[in-house]
Amino acid sequence: MKIRIKLFASLGKYIPKGTAVGPTGNEADMVAADGATISAIIGRLDLPVEFCHLVLVNGYFIAPSERGGHVLIEGDDLAIWPPVAGG
Amino acid sequence: MSWTGKILRVNLSKGTCESEPLNMEWAKQYLGQRGLATKYLVEETDPKVDPLSPGNKMIMATGPLTGTIAPTGGRYSVVTKGALTGAIACSNSGGFFGAELKNAGWDMIIFEGKSDKPVYLNVVNEKAELLDAGHLWGKSVWETEDMIRESGGDNDVRIASIGKAGENQLLLACIVNDKDRAAGRSGVGAVMGSKNLKAVCLRGTLGVKVRDGMEFMQATNAARKILADNAVTGEGLPTYGTQVLMNVINESGALPTRNSGDVQFEGASKIGGEAMHEIRKSDGKANLVSNSACFSCPISCARISQIDPEHFTVKGKPKYQKPSGGLEYESAWSLGAATGVDDLEALTYCNFVCNEQGFDPISFGSTVAAAMEMYESGKITDKETGGIALKFGSTEALVQIIEATAMGEGFGLDIGMGSKRLCDKYDNPEASMTVKGQEFPAYDPRGIQGMGLAYATSNRGACHLRGYTVASEVLGIPEKTDPLVTDGKAGLVKAFQDATAAVDSSGTCVFTTFALTLDDIAPQIAAACEGDWTADKLVEIGERIWNMERQYNLDAGFTGKDDMLPKRLLKDAAKTGPAKGLTSGLDKMLPEYYELRGWSADGVPSDDTKNRLAL
Repeated sequence: MKIRIKLFASLGKYIPKGTAVGPTGNEADMVAADGATISAIIGRLDLPVEFCHLVLVNGYFIAPSERGGHVLIEGDDLAIWPPVAGG
Repeated sequence: MSWTGKILRVNLSKGTCESEPLNMEWAKQYLGQRGLATKYLVEETDPKVDPLSPGNKMIMATGPLTGTIAPTGGRYSVVTKGALTGAIACSNSGGFFGAELKNAGWDMIIFEGKSDKPVYLNVVNEKAELLDAGHLWGKSVWETEDMIRESGGDNDVRIASIGKAGENQLLLACIVNDKDRAAGRSGVGAVMGSKNLKAVCLRGTLGVKVRDGMEFMQATNAARKILADNAVTGEGLPTYGTQVLMNVINESGALPTRNSGDVQFEGASKIGGEAMHEIRKSDGKANLVSNSACFSCPISCARISQIDPEHFTVKGKPKYQKPSGGLEYESAWSLGAATGVDDLEALTYCNFVCNEQGFDPISFGSTVAAAMEMYESGKITDKETGGIALKFGSTEALVQIIEATAMGEGFGLDIGMGSKRLCDKYDNPEASMTVKGQEFPAYDPRGIQGMGLAYATSNRGACHLRGYTVASEVLGIPEKTDPLVTDGKAGLVKAFQDATAAVDSSGTCVFTTFALTLDDIAPQIAAACEGDWTADKLVEIGERIWNMERQYNLDAGFTGKDDMLPKRLLKDAAKTGPAKGLTSGLDKMLPEYYELRGWSADGVPSDDTKNRLAL
């Protein structure tokens, strides 16, 4: 299945080389195995788990305790940020 | 103690500058800055006063930690009756001006009356005098700072001034200090302009005393370590600034777009924090030059930007080609997503113009967005706009209208009235995204439910900085709550409002609270000031301030009916994103909020509440 990954702020460098799309290169399409969980994708991208603070699937926040069991489906948007804030 | 114990009272009608002792009983009850200055305003003015009349007063106030080594201890506030809103106004600014005021030996300056000609206040420690500003009138903020600095021969002075917007008494006008830091909201610059006060120039070399130097070093060092070790204040904000929120809020489906017609902007990634780091193909440089810090701030969230010199907005205009104060999240949203414009360089130019002539980009962008909606619906035409085709997404129109507003020309004068008056004038009040006459910031209440209540009940009109529940609802600070539900939001809003009122009265920046709690801030105050300062006491002071501001607004003529959002947010559901199908649940949250506050069903503080808070 194909999903869209979006890695922002300091996590942008974890977008696999040659796959970046979008105006800032923070996004990429990824082919993932059916049944892949959020944690599996985080592992595949070699993202430091402690910096995966804000994780949204199609805009909905997924708590850390649910990431291992949350199965992604075709067309999902997975967006991840380290701890950030503003105002 | 770190209050100086002195107030500078400047009577502009008489041309006098006099020193008087600070009311220390009030200082113990209201701490400083926002709380203490509001107490003075409440006691000394009629809440029904015309904000632009000589009867209104304008107070520049520091907190007890301003001018010290406390992290972010450089804040000051401008407190007055807001020209934009007619409500209590308290606009908070950083930079170096506040610390200079404190180091000159003053806790606050109270301006009263009106000068019969343009003047500026010059303060060198104890010496204060009003000087002629005839040669400065008509000059921009940038020109004014340069001219005062050059004429005095002291490059270390700190200056706050108004530009043409303040002189023209545009209701969006700010007071700008250090060229790009601003007391931005509620039209405080118009109040300054109405008094014929062009600028305040400060030089302070007296230092600030604290109660116990060693204890103060320990308390402030402990706070600095927390800020440095925290991922947000130690890394996220220094690197990406507040602009990192653009993609967060857009992905969360809460980015007000095209005058709140949508909640997601397809151009968001082109104007966010990541985009500011991108190398431009045109000149091989990024928009972002560096970050920048205010006085005693270890966070350094401010942005310094440089526009592509070949961009049409600055070509042949050298003054805009230099590095200057860049986009914050709020300004990038208001100038960009609210108007549908995704040209980062143009938005940066517009931000520069706001700083140069002193007007609030949040209110400006939101007002232009309302005008664009009216233009597209035919409520206004080229006849009203002077030929500017105010269509959503038009970079050219945005640039044309900001230049007209800055110069006080044509339809720019209508924009300068703010969204509410503009939409009332053209018989389209539902297009105004305001509460109590003040334009919303960058969070849609349909996608972040707590912010709807925070906007509706904010004492200075719609504002994110009075109760920033986004921290919890979206960012998970201090703990994550669901942005799409109303349950628990009344208590959350109240807690944020009370804590923020205390922090705003301390002399430090509310951004520290992404890492510090009141338990980290109280020891700094306790080491600096006599008295028993605990987190619980700060919450009590915050609640007292909140209720005092509320009572001021009620006495000014506001009622509970003004705790209301625009119908669009209550009737028209979000079209996309997680909030798709949702409207704001304000009606569910407001009664609970009143009850938690100890207010009547009409939103009036009860006698019990006032007695409990010693009001």
